[in-house]
Amino acid sequence: MAEKLLKKGNEAIALAAIRYGADGYFGYPITPQSEVMETLMEEMPWETTGMVVLQAESETSSINMLYGGACCGKKVMTSSSSPGISLMCEGISYMAGAELPCLLVNVIRGGPGLGTIQPAQGDYFQAVKGGGHGDYKIIVLAPASVQEMYDFVGLGFELAFKYRIPAMILSDGAIGQMMEKVELRDPVRRLTDEEIAQKYGHWATVGKQAGRKGNIISSLSLAASEMEAINLRLQEKYRTIEKNEIRFEKLLCEDAEYMLVAFGSSSRICESTVEIARQKGIRLGLLRPVTLFPFPSPAIQEMLPQLKGIMSVELNSGQMVEDVRLAVNGAVPVEFYGRMGGSIFSPEEVFSAFAQKFNL
Amino acid sequence: MKEELIIAGFGGQGVLSMGKILAYSGIMQDKEVTWMPSYGPEMRGGTANVTVIISDKRISSPILQHCDTAIVLNQQSMDKFEPMVKKGGLLLYDPNGITRHPTRKDITVCSVEAADLANRMEMSKAFNMVVLGAYLKMKPILEKENVIKGLKKSLPERYHNLIPMNEKAIELGMKHVKEVI
Amino acid sequence: MDSNDIIKPENLVYSKSKVLTDTVMHYCPGCSHGVVHKLLAEVIGDMDIQDKTIGISPVGCAVFAYKYIDIDWQQAAHGRAPALATATKRLYPDKYVFAYQGDGDLASIGTAEIIHACNRGENIVVIFINNAIYGMTGGQMAPTTLLGMKTATTPYGRKSELNGYPLKITELIAQLEGTCYVTRQSVQNPGSVRKAKKAIRKAFENSAQKKGTSFVEIVASCNSNWKMPPVKANKWMEENMFPFYPLGDIKDR
Repeated sequence: MAEKLLKKGNEAIALAAIRYGADGYFGYPITPQSEVMETLMEEMPWETTGMVVLQAESETSSINMLYGGACCGKKVMTSSSSPGISLMCEGISYMAGAELPCLLVNVIRGGPGLGTIQPAQGDYFQAVKGGGHGDYKIIVLAPASVQEMYDFVGLGFELAFKYRIPAMILSDGAIGQMMEKVELRDPVRRLTDEEIAQKYGHWATVGKQAGRKGNIISSLSLAASEMEAINLRLQEKYRTIEKNEIRFEKLLCEDAEYMLVAFGSSSRICESTVEIARQKGIRLGLLRPVTLFPFPSPAIQEMLPQLKGIMSVELNSGQMVEDVRLAVNGAVPVEFYGRMGGSIFSPEEVFSAFAQKFNL
Repeated sequence: MKEELIIAGFGGQGVLSMGKILAYSGIMQDKEVTWMPSYGPEMRGGTANVTVIISDKRISSPILQHCDTAIVLNQQSMDKFEPMVKKGGLLLYDPNGITRHPTRKDITVCSVEAADLANRMEMSKAFNMVVLGAYLKMKPILEKENVIKGLKKSLPERYHNLIPMNEKAIELGMKHVKEVI
Repeated sequence: MDSNDIIKPENLVYSKSKVLTDTVMHYCPGCSHGVVHKLLAEVIGDMDIQDKTIGISPVGCAVFAYKYIDIDWQQAAHGRAPALATATKRLYPDKYVFAYQGDGDLASIGTAEIIHACNRGENIVVIFINNAIYGMTGGQMAPTTLLGMKTATTPYGRKSELNGYPLKITELIAQLEGTCYVTRQSVQNPGSVRKAKKAIRKAFENSAQKKGTSFVEIVASCNSNWKMPPVKANKWMEENMFPFYPLGDIKDR
């Protein structure tokens, strides 16, 4: 039987990085995610798997170290919290443009500005719509448990390399700081340099082998026609991802007349709200997007014929609700309930808001 | 079985680690658990509290408005958490430093002179284990052998020599807890 | 004797390095970049490390360096080449990794990255082209622009009260424990070209011996943005740049 440990979400990220065969972690301390690098430094994976762990001088530098590492065809990752991710957005745009795989972890804190170290979900737009410049998307995974923090490191790397795209685990201070049971998966071996050269040698900077042209990784293309062609290719890739990679979870939706939509820590709270509603005889269900990009619009649309209303529940001023409304396209009323700046709602509070908005 | 509890006191009293030992003990007994701290920029001093949920089934919200049990170790926490205990629930406290004692009649109120006992036995660092023992006596949701396993898992190996002392502290708490209301 | 007789292999005394591509360079006539590219290609060829060398190109005129030297390249965001080089070298400790940067890239927007990479003693080579001006964006003031020098953003000359002082970043880099070799060279005549090549070779050799960071500054001219013919630009460089940025090794251990 696999070993079961009690770990913080942040610690789970670190343990998973080593066990999923990451080649490099580059980061900069920021609350509430510093345990990721602290755990890695304590585990000293360079002695066991050979993984590189480096504390960079800034988040700007971290993301550009990722850029360099990703150019090499290596599995590289970083973690940060909101203000740090803002600094990284330039680099994320470059990596999206140069079609580089990497894993980013954002343990969101309340903003804007320096904000607070308490949990929030105010970086939804930044993550899902592309926080940096230009037309790009990254894959965004929203874990709702410590186990998912662990598992999504593996999933994130898998998707990042499958599509040569940055993938982000969008978490928050609650999931990062919370401890839960984690089941460690079987370790995945790091690829050798030879295996990387064989697998990714057609694009990665592994050293120019005789008989092929030099591999050049760049997001620069001054001719408008060339740059448009690159953009079209990127968009095609995003459509493929939307077709193949939507993930979501439904709770008590079979007979639901009303549905909550919530991700990450909010969805955990909403699970209890659903229990409260069911005790009162109200047929309420919950849809939890696991991938925020690609957004599970089809799953929401499938539910519409049986629904009288939807409420999006978020720790922000109403960001994901825009994507819910786009999916619903006016078919049923879509309401929103949220708290901001590090304040968290209770299950009862969400239920009251729901009951009030739908006159129940 | 589902037990939702809040442990609250001063930072440095071992509130978070008591919660961690309890949660780890739950895992040893094959339960689902969550441990959710309230944390602030103050690393020491200040008030600290942690929510621990131990359940047979998947745990939904890790954030609570009401709890089955509140373990209270200072006055601020008493003021804040006494009203949060569900009707019929348990409030356990150490009277040391408490000036306004609990007044609710619809819950079970227990006290344990944990600080005093631990000091007298010259194991003030195991104060929180005395409290844990008192709690486990009142709510025997976990078997003692699993608590010892949980203790071992929570402590770094270099502190494993302290386990017998902690075990003694747990027993002390079990022996000395008393029902007030 | 016609030209076909002259170009016979036995008459060959010089040929273009095989590590240089045939792509026509976009640099202005008289620019120093082309010479430095040639030297880099020659060193890579002489050391037979074409398959083990990864270059990082900057933002600036040398952004397209990847078109001219036939190796694997990464094109960095402005100023961040040392961060890319750090990760690349740490993930491939047995490869040769160099960052090629201009003065705006290295000494202005990328100051933090270069200082910290050098301070960590990353086993990389840094080639730093200092022509005291922003080339690609059209001749604005650089951190290394001399006092009194006219640029697009200092049209009346650089004044210390308004613009601060020219930054001797190389002297600063030499202070850092992590660097093993810090030198300032130029490429305006055959003698200086030969010396610069030796310095670059030494930097690459240091990298193989894992001695720390090797930092090679090349004081260069930018005749287009200095608004001078190439010969006059070189003369101006010798008379004005060299006194402030003196040539030679600053650190070698």
